[in-house]
Amino acid sequence: MDEIENKETVASTHKIGIYLWIWGLLFVLSFFSYMVDWFAFQGLLRWTLILIFMFLKAGLIMAFFMHLFWERYALVNVLLWPMTAIACFIGLMAAEAKYTVFTRLLYFITGG
Amino acid sequence: MSDVKIEGYELKPGFKGMATDTGSDQTMFKGVQWGKVMMWIFLLSDTFVFSCFLISYMKGRASTVVDWPNTSEVFSLHVGSTPVPLLLIAIMTFVLITSSGTMALAVKYGYEKNRKMCGWLILATAIGGLTFVGMQVFEWSKLIHEGVRPWENPFGAKQFGSYFFMITGFHGFHVSIGVIFLFIFARKVFKGDFDNGKRGFFTTMKSDYVAIEILGLYWHFVDLVWVFIFAFFYLW
Repeated sequence: MDEIENKETVASTHKIGIYLWIWGLLFVLSFFSYMVDWFAFQGLLRWTLILIFMFLKAGLIMAFFMHLFWERYALVNVLLWPMTAIACFIGLMAAEAKYTVFTRLLYFITGG
Repeated sequence: MSDVKIEGYELKPGFKGMATDTGSDQTMFKGVQWGKVMMWIFLLSDTFVFSCFLISYMKGRASTVVDWPNTSEVFSLHVGSTPVPLLLIAIMTFVLITSSGTMALAVKYGYEKNRKMCGWLILATAIGGLTFVGMQVFEWSKLIHEGVRPWENPFGAKQFGSYFFMITGFHGFHVSIGVIFLFIFARKVFKGDFDNGKRGFFTTMKSDYVAIEILGLYWHFVDLVWVFIFAFFYLW
């Protein structure tokens, strides 16, 4: 009986290959994002590359290491929708920062 | 990894499944152990805390009229006499990803009831985390020695120090807590608590290998946060 149960649980886990692949990919992506600094890319190219590698790494970790890829959508959606609130907050604060730096420049340099 | 079958009843997949799960007038997260749901909710709230730190950093950096310190130079290490940009941070990143990989494998071997492999992999994860914290201590002491304070620093905008200590400090605190729990769980695994279902220290519930997955979720989250800190604070 125990043996049968064990076999069933063994069958329901994922193959080791998928974890090793994701692991390898994370190493490669981290190496690439370090290279962005190494080659000292600047401006839009730098920011785009940083964001691409960052989102790829975050996505791989969440989907496979944290098993979200295999979870039911009821859980996945509860976890991912709140991120839109964070995106909103980022947008609001970016606009606020622009206004702050504008007023600072106005008063510091022109004296108001 | 939630089960698709509960008490012989086949659950619907995809978005249709989400609709029926949510509107089922019963438990919403079907086939997911409650502790795992609780860990996810905690991680969600932790995401908001870290987001607030990083957004505040974005606002501070974008609104200062003084130049931001060049992180590539500030965090460089000298190998011989040549400065290598961000060397320590790169090594820290690789150490944390390595420990995340060993944790993922520990969860897999835990579910396969491979006690020894699971225990050794958790121990390896703990040692990886400890190495990370050690390198962070080195980084902090180096910067403090160079005169970086929460209120001033010799490299540029004054806000740099406070954001650095707050963000990396809070992350390092998470790693330290994780390391403590990893050691505790490694001991529990080696003792065989998860095989014979011994009751836990703070709970009357029987130990189960799902606890390793819950611990793994926390550890992967710590790695996940580092991905964002590495991108926004060190590379940007």
